[in-house]
This record gives sequence, structure tokens and C-alpha cells, in this order.
Amino acid sequence: MPRKKIYILSAITSVIILAYLFTFTGTQLDYVLPRRGYKILAMLLISCCIATASIIFQTITANRILTPSIMGFESVYVLFQTILVFIYGDQTFQAISAETNFLLSVLMMIGFALLLYFLIFKKDKNSVYFLLLVGLIMGALFRSFTSFFQMLIDPNEFFVVQNSMFASFNNVNTKLLGISAIVLVVCLYLISRYISRLNVLSLGKEHAINLGINYNKLVKSNLIIIAIMVSISTALIGPITFLGILVANLSYEYLKTYKHTTLIIGGSLITCIAVIGGDYLVEHLFDMSTTISIVINFVGGLYFLYLLLKKDKPW
Amino acid sequence: MVSLKNISKSYGDKRILDDVSVDFPRGKITSLIGGNGTGKSTLLSIVSRLIPKDKGDVFIIDENITNLDSKELAKKLSILKQSNHSSIRLTIRELVCFGRFPYTRGKRLCNQDCRIVREAIEYMSLEEIQDSYIDELSGGQKQRAFLAMVIAQDTDYILLDEPLNNLDMKHSVQIMKILRKLAKDLNKTIIIIVHDINFASCYSDYIATVKNGKISHFGTTDEIIQTDVLKDVFDIDFEIMQVNGNKICLYFV
Amino acid sequence: MTRFILISCIVVCSIFSLLIGVKDISVFNILKLGQEEVMILFVSRIPRIISLIVAGVGMSISGMIMQQITLNKFVSPTTAGSLDAAKLGILIATILLPNTDSLYKMLFAFAFTVIASLIFMRFVNRIKKKSIIFVPLVGIMFGSVLSAISTFFAYKNNIVQNMETWLIGDFSSILKGNYELIYVSLPFVLITYLYANKFTVIGLGEDFSTSLGLNYNRIVALGLVCVSLTVSSIMITAGAIPFLGLIIPNIVSFIFGDNLKKTLPYTAMIGALFLILCDIISRLIIFPYEIPIGLTVGVIGGAIFLLLILKRGRYAT
Repeated sequence: MPRKKIYILSAITSVIILAYLFTFTGTQLDYVLPRRGYKILAMLLISCCIATASIIFQTITANRILTPSIMGFESVYVLFQTILVFIYGDQTFQAISAETNFLLSVLMMIGFALLLYFLIFKKDKNSVYFLLLVGLIMGALFRSFTSFFQMLIDPNEFFVVQNSMFASFNNVNTKLLGISAIVLVVCLYLISRYISRLNVLSLGKEHAINLGINYNKLVKSNLIIIAIMVSISTALIGPITFLGILVANLSYEYLKTYKHTTLIIGGSLITCIAVIGGDYLVEHLFDMSTTISIVINFVGGLYFLYLLLKKDKPW
Repeated sequence: MVSLKNISKSYGDKRILDDVSVDFPRGKITSLIGGNGTGKSTLLSIVSRLIPKDKGDVFIIDENITNLDSKELAKKLSILKQSNHSSIRLTIRELVCFGRFPYTRGKRLCNQDCRIVREAIEYMSLEEIQDSYIDELSGGQKQRAFLAMVIAQDTDYILLDEPLNNLDMKHSVQIMKILRKLAKDLNKTIIIIVHDINFASCYSDYIATVKNGKISHFGTTDEIIQTDVLKDVFDIDFEIMQVNGNKICLYFV
Repeated sequence: MTRFILISCIVVCSIFSLLIGVKDISVFNILKLGQEEVMILFVSRIPRIISLIVAGVGMSISGMIMQQITLNKFVSPTTAGSLDAAKLGILIATILLPNTDSLYKMLFAFAFTVIASLIFMRFVNRIKKKSIIFVPLVGIMFGSVLSAISTFFAYKNNIVQNMETWLIGDFSSILKGNYELIYVSLPFVLITYLYANKFTVIGLGEDFSTSLGLNYNRIVALGLVCVSLTVSSIMITAGAIPFLGLIIPNIVSFIFGDNLKKTLPYTAMIGALFLILCDIISRLIIFPYEIPIGLTVGVIGGAIFLLLILKRGRYAT
């Protein structure tokens, strides 16, 4: 049955994309269409990143209520953006090009993740939860610093920071899309080689080791891939913490399988539907009074509470 | 033969295993018995590389398992721990297929794999419910499903940590009979932790007793099921009776 | 003896704290203070030191109760979402009733904190068997969900920067007349003290305490109400002070053990002392300006917590 469900999801995604492209076009078609096309490409890209990273992350950590972005990636990103604005004020965009900013942000987030893994795994504390908690606390530390700088920033310049605090698809740089797509494809290729091992890992750590899986190696290499994908998506559009939990769990509920190929493809499609559909609604229904990322975090957050309170479900 | 040489393991300041050396004979069932928290589970986990050891070596026949690739080891030795609560959606048959993973490494199962899976399911008499999802099974059925997976893994050495947990008397006896058949017909070496001394007495060839992180006694079932040995291991008095050629221990009063 | 040393430290630090500030007040002039100096002392600096002590005591004892109830050393107002719940409550009050006074805002904060604690408790009871580290992990996630909800409303009302900054713990604006709500937490600190033995029993688990004849649910509810009121009253007067309720009880239990009746005074005193010290640091580091204490505590406390889990995590997982 999963195959049929994937077809259904693909069909819904296509319909939404068509609606997104060709409704409410106004008169200037040749301006609107390419702009929307790029936006859709960006959304497809990050949907794929977020869904894949979250599903694999949840398999590795053996739970369904955590998301990779809690490890501190987003706080690193927001801190970096805040410092930039703190230094350059409203001259930020002139002082540093979008490409340089993207590259530096990605490097910083990946560097942070590698440092974290290195510190934890070197000390022979192989608990993934332990890694997460340390990441979370570091994230909280960075947030303290961020708040400090935000207090010092002129309220008139704060909007520049606010733009990077919330994910947005409106000003995605088209040049960055290409490089992100290439990185994503490489990541997906690497993951495809791990798929069958990830399926075994969903039985649990001990069963996986019993069946001949090098657990530590599998976890470490996948954590690095996850770090890369989350960094790319964060640097491209900004933080969107709870999207991952939302779509990963919707995929488990709908697809009812343990097979990661199906989960990843289905999850990516579900994310596309959520993101593109959400953006469509925000733009045409709510008249842009809010941003898609805040709505998604809001809905994702509520869903998280529902998961916490739902009866008789172990995570 | 599985041999342990000078195995030690500590958690913090707490010594769990203290310089343990023992040989488990090939093609036989050996039971590990002993009180709670004596280190039996840790011992099995170390033999099966689930947890790292502090000191010592484990040999299978003459090969040190630290030199063996984890993939290769998975074809020689399998382990089943007590807790198998898993929330993933998969059927018994899919679960048993995972037992073939060390051989297929994720590729499609060949005819021989399918045959082994089918046999494992029959062995555990799970044919009728093989398409049920494991999260909908009773504790006993689930235990049998996981055992079927281990049987499908088709290793010469099988380690089981309290496989009779959650099982009623009928299924416990059934499982022990299957284990005996595996040892006898297929020459499997089985090491098993049991709490019921009489299951150990009736079904195993050898018994090892664990106390204070050490193997305190090791011998044939006949040698171990003796009042003085059991008194030394469990600190209570036993009365031993012969029933149909089996030794039955009474310790309730 | 230890108590005597701690009290002396608090007194010395308090006096030092009274003397620093833009307006110079020296020990040598203490007997011939001008009218202006006296006014500064009574309007600003004495209220400040009082609220520091109350907040230090209140936050660390709240943390201790939460850890006792949940049987988890890593639970505290910071790692159970309480701070974020109080923040959400205050935000909702500000949006719904813009001109309301602090008392009502505090009640909102209180209501939200109680609800958040109940949700969190419900969750903790269901995962007792999981790793001790998993609980604070989900607690912090829970906190960020609440703060995502806050952001949703703040963004709609265009007060994101305000919200980000106004609830960071800060004692610089404490003046006579606007800090007295913090006293609300005092009776609850007292109740905690009187019930210390019962909280210790609760810590042994529901079945055990029921068989000893205690009403488990009632005591847990009492504990949560005390914690929530303390947290919200401190939140409304001084803002969020993260990590305090987490690290102080851990340090105390590390040194003095886990018998609440015995360790409560130490927890209270060390909490107060730690907060006074952090306050002094925040005021001196970029003198004559000051850093909000929430940030100082966030950085120092976060670092200490990291050390704690690195040390304890080995046994915890």
C-alpha cells in the first residue's frame, strides 16, 4: 500500500504547486512566474532536507519527539546574524554578500556540530541523549549571548535581525539554490547507502548490533550528514524548529511502515505540502500579516504538545 | 567453544565483573544462574559486544572477537536481550526477515533466505499469525517472534537473556524444548540466563553459577545441582528430588 | 558552622552590593550620609538586595522541590518549561489587558505555569524508565514550544524585540514601590520548609508514599502550586533567572546529601549568595553600565550545568 500512498502524496503536491504558480497571478506573468518558480524550488529543497534529517535523526535517537534543530544549530545561526547586524547595523547587506554570509553560516554550524560530536564521542560517552543535552545547553548559552546583543541593537535596525530570526522563503538567493541542491544530492546519495542499516537500527540499538551493524560508525556518519542538511536549510531560509517533528510524525502515522526509503520520500512530499500549501495560505488568505515559519512553529509546537499528552504511545 | 579470559567490567566505582574466565562447551546448552545483580546480563552483553569490556578477551573457537568484524560476528553469534519493546510497525514475518540481514546486508532475500525464514517461523509455530504487527501481539507471542528472528539469524552460538520472561508455563516448556532440539539436531551452542532453577536443571547440559561478579561454580548439571553448591550460590537451603530422571529442586520452605 | 560562614558571606556581599553604583557611597561616610545618599539606599539599593535574596532563595528552592517530585536531578524551572510558561502568561496578559497592573499579569503567569507543570508531570510519570537525561531534554523542548507560541503572538502584535528583552532577569529597575510583589513567594518558601519531610517521602515514589499514608497527589499539587507562584512572582518583578534552580540544588546535594529538611537552609543560602555575586559581577563588568543579571546567570549557570552533566552524566545514562 505505501506505493499507492506515495502516488497520492505526489498528486497532491503537484496540484498545490500548480495552484501556487498559476493562481492569483495578476497581469505581470513574466515577472511573477519565474519568481514563484524559484521560491518553489527553494521550498522543495528545504522540505527534502528537513524531512530526511528529522526522520533519520529520530531513528538514531529512538524517539519521536526530538528534532535535530534543537542541538543548537539555530542558535549558532541566529547569534551569528545578530552579531553581524550589531557590527554593521543597517549596512549589513552592503558589508557582507549573501553568498559569503551563507557560506560562513553553514561552516559555523557544521563546525559547531563537529566540535560537539568530537567532544562527546571522544570522551567515550556514547549516549546520543547526552550529546543532545549538551548541544541544547550550548544552544541556550548562545541564546543568552544573542539576547545580550539584541538589547544593544538599535530598535530601528532590529528588523534586520528579525528577518533572520524567522524562516522566510521570500528572499531566497537564487545563486545559493544551485550549490545547496548539489550538496543535498550528495547527502541523499550517502544516505541511500545507509538505508538498509537504518531500517535495522529502527529495531533498537541492541538488535542492530546483534545483526552485525557497526552502531557507533552508523550513528556518527549519519549525525554528520544530518548536520550538513540542517545547516543548509537553516542558512538558506532561517530557523524553523518544529517543522521536522510535525512532518516526521505525520509520515509515520500516514505511511505506517518502518522502511526508510518510503518514509523519506513520503516525508519530503508531506513537508512540501505543508510548506507550499502553508505559504500559499499565508500569502493569499492571511494577507502576509504573519510569516510561514511562525505559523509552522505554532502548529508544530501544538502538535508536539499533542504527542506529549497522547495516551498509550511510547516514543 | 566460547571462551572468556580474564573479563572485567566496572561502572564508575562499582565492579560488575571481576576477572571472569570460563569456557562454554560447543553444541551444548549452558545455563547461567545466580542472584539478581550478580553480573549475568553484563557477561552476556560483553560476549556479544553489546557493551565494551574493560579488560580481558572473548574467543570463539580460537578467534578473538575484537579481531572479528561486527558483520562476520553476526553470522556466528546472536543475542536476544530481555526488553524488546519496540514501537515500530512491522509484521512478524518482516521481523524474522531481519534475522537474515547479516547475510543479505539489505539486498533482496534469495530463495534460501526465504526458506530459512519460513522454517524459523514454523519452528516457533507462528505461521498463523505471521502477518500480524508485532505491536499488537501479547508478551509471549512477541517473545516467540523475536526468538524466531534469532533462529533465522542461523548462528552457531546463541545467547539468550531470560527468554522465559513474560511466558506462561506452556510456552516456557515449548521454548526450552526447541532450544534442546536446536542444540541436539543442529549442534548449536546455547548460553541462557534462567531464573527458574528447575528449567536449568531439566534442560541444560552445563550450568555456570555467577556470584559477586565471578563464576563461582561451573560443571555438568549433575555436578551443580547439589545442595551444598546451591546453598553456596543462593544462600538458602535446597531439597533435591529425583523425578523421572530429572533433578527437581525444592526451595519454597 | 557552615551556616555561620554562609550567612557572613551573604552579609558581607550584601553590604558590598549596597555600596556599588554610579552614586558613590563609601563605608567611611556611613555615619554622615547626606539626604540624597539615604534616599538612594532606601529607594533603590536596599529593595534591590532584598529582591535578590528573595529571588535567589525562591528559585533554588523551587528547583529543589521540582527535582524531588520528579525524581530527576536535571529538572528545574528552566528545564521543565516553567519560565517559558510564565513568559507566555505575561505576554497574553499584556496583549489582552494592555493597561492592567502587575498583580493580574502575575496571576496569568501563575495560571500558565501551573498548567505547564501539570502537563510536564504527566509526561514525566509516563517515561520514568527512560534515561534520566531524556526528561530535561523534552522539558527544554517543551519550553521552546511555549516560547514559539509566545513568538507567534508577539510577532502579530509587533513586540518581538520587547519580548526578547523585557523578560530577561534584571534588577536594575527595582525601586521601592514596584518590587513588593516578590514577597508573594515568601509564604510558599515557608510552606516548603514545613513540608520538607513530606517532599522527601514523595521523592521515593507514589506507591511508597501512599503506603506510608501520604496523599501523593495532594502533596505534588501543593509543591507545583508553590513552585508556580514563586516562579511567577519573581518573573513579574525581576524577569527570568535561568539555571539557578538547576545548579544550586545539585551543588547542595553533591556536598550535603539529599535529606531535604537538612539541606533546605543550605540551598536557600547558597542560592541567595550566588545571585548576589552574579549581580555584583553584572554591575561591575561594564561599569558604569550594567549587564542584565539574567544573562550573567545564563552564561555562568549554563557553564556550571554543562560541567555538572559532564560529571554526572556518566552515571546517569
